[in-house]
Amino acid sequence: MKLKQISVFLENRPGHLNQICGVLKEANINLVTLTLADTSEFGLLRLIVREWEKARAVLENAGYAVNVTEVIAIEVPNEPGGLHRILQVASKGRLTVEYMYAFTFGRNGNTQIVFRFSNMERAAEVLTSAGINVLSAVEFYEENSLGNCS
Amino acid sequence: MTTHIHPESMPDYLDLNALRKVQLERLRHTVSRCYENVALFRSRMEEAGITPADIGSLEDVHKLPFTEKSDLRDTYPYGLFAAPMAQVVRLHASSGTTGKPIVVGYTKADLDVWSSVMLRSFAATGITHGDVIQNAYGYGLFTGGLGAHYGAERLGATVVPISGGNTERQIMVMKDFGVTGVCCTPSYFVHIIEKIKAGAFGFEDLKVRVGIFGAEPWTCEMRNYIEQESGIRAFDIYGLSEIIGPGVGIECPEQAGLHIFEDHFLMEIVDPQTGEPLPDGEEGELVFTTLTKQAFPMIRYRTHDITSIIKEKCDCGRTIKRIKRIRSRSDDMMIIRGVNVFPSQIEAALLSLRETLPHYQIILTNKGGLDQIDVEVEVMQDLIGDRIREIEEMRKRISHAIENIIGLRVPVHLVEPGAIARSEGKAKRVVDRRNKQGGAQ
Repeated sequence: MKLKQISVFLENRPGHLNQICGVLKEANINLVTLTLADTSEFGLLRLIVREWEKARAVLENAGYAVNVTEVIAIEVPNEPGGLHRILQVASKGRLTVEYMYAFTFGRNGNTQIVFRFSNMERAAEVLTSAGINVLSAVEFYEENSLGNCS
Repeated sequence: MTTHIHPESMPDYLDLNALRKVQLERLRHTVSRCYENVALFRSRMEEAGITPADIGSLEDVHKLPFTEKSDLRDTYPYGLFAAPMAQVVRLHASSGTTGKPIVVGYTKADLDVWSSVMLRSFAATGITHGDVIQNAYGYGLFTGGLGAHYGAERLGATVVPISGGNTERQIMVMKDFGVTGVCCTPSYFVHIIEKIKAGAFGFEDLKVRVGIFGAEPWTCEMRNYIEQESGIRAFDIYGLSEIIGPGVGIECPEQAGLHIFEDHFLMEIVDPQTGEPLPDGEEGELVFTTLTKQAFPMIRYRTHDITSIIKEKCDCGRTIKRIKRIRSRSDDMMIIRGVNVFPSQIEAALLSLRETLPHYQIILTNKGGLDQIDVEVEVMQDLIGDRIREIEEMRKRISHAIENIIGLRVPVHLVEPGAIARSEGKAKRVVDRRNKQGGAQ
């Protein structure tokens, strides 16, 4: 149910993100999706890749501070109220969203949203019992490799 | 292990009356030697209206004029030598951050004293013949390398004269040669720890059990870090080339202050402002008079190191007195918004949290005529989370820890692992950007 997400600590300086992409390219790792959170002082790059163990190893070897956390990917109909419904379920289940990011590569033009909830243990349970389509790792990567190729 | 006292270490345990007698005899001899042979010492004594005959007790040392570092520069290169060059067999020089270096000379007898106090230093940490000592202090004009080299050899240990640098080779040698003791700066050893942890084997695969660390001020928190991370015992060694080099003082296994080899070095603590002598136990500036040096004797040399003499006798049995470990040099002091700040305080604050590495740098800038500092700290590879808030909170904790110690809130910046340059010798803790207005941030 849960996906592994890699976070990389980044100082704010020019060319830095590019260096990380270079490390991943050398290791032949494809990015499924990513988001960059930034403050005036530093940034936090969050990545989802299929080979997360390899990605962690190459980034750590390159000297980066890397963290692996679990997130949940949900397929959301690409229509008004799609996200609203999910957040209602989350809110009823007393789940707080720590952060989220969305992308639209999925099949049937559905949007996928990656969520980091405060209580990840309970989150999957609350969502699935409300009939929300929480993607398994396999589903997620397969859909997105198709989505990328087409 | 039984406690075996090396014959050369016997003066560590001298009866205090006998020690003071030896000191007085040697002091009188040194003062005469300086008066007869060194123009500057003679003229200073004449100005003060004293002659060697006025030194009748150890307390009379207070009558003598101080010698400052600037005196050493002003008389560059040989102006303070008290032996003819025909008797000088070795020269060393300090790096000297401003202009000309300071040159020091040694006769054969001086080298003999130096290796003897270094032998006593190694012996105090439990090193003996049969130990394999990796000497990673720089060999050359710097006194660290050769000082440690001859002392360890004289003790009968096996010396690996690897000098500084090339960390991978250091680690290979450490393992393959069965090294049991390492000499280097504490900051360089932290770098070695980091490399070993990232490599194929750990400290459990090494025989290293002792580290002799010096040549830069370091904190107790840094010692705890080194000992916990590597499992070795870390000893502080003290010395300065103006006095002899390393081997002026050493920690014993009690690790509660540094024993000064008082039979060769007469110490005083003085008020750094007034120069008035202070009683044992009170903190002030450490001042040395050499008692046996021939080529480069020193009279009341002001070290700018801040410490105090420990009154109590040490549990190790040595009678020679101890000083508290030197956490700061008055030269390193920064005045930020009217508050005295030392780099060692920042180090202590950072290491107290156990969530950052001892890799930090203090950036000193000047805005509108006022000095200010920013602290850059590396994050630890495995302590970074996925939430901005967590990282911000860590930064705040670091900032509060610093504020608790220095009493000021200073900007703290988190930087990536490895962002701060590693030193193979003395660590550069303060980056002074005050004179480069364009480059300052």
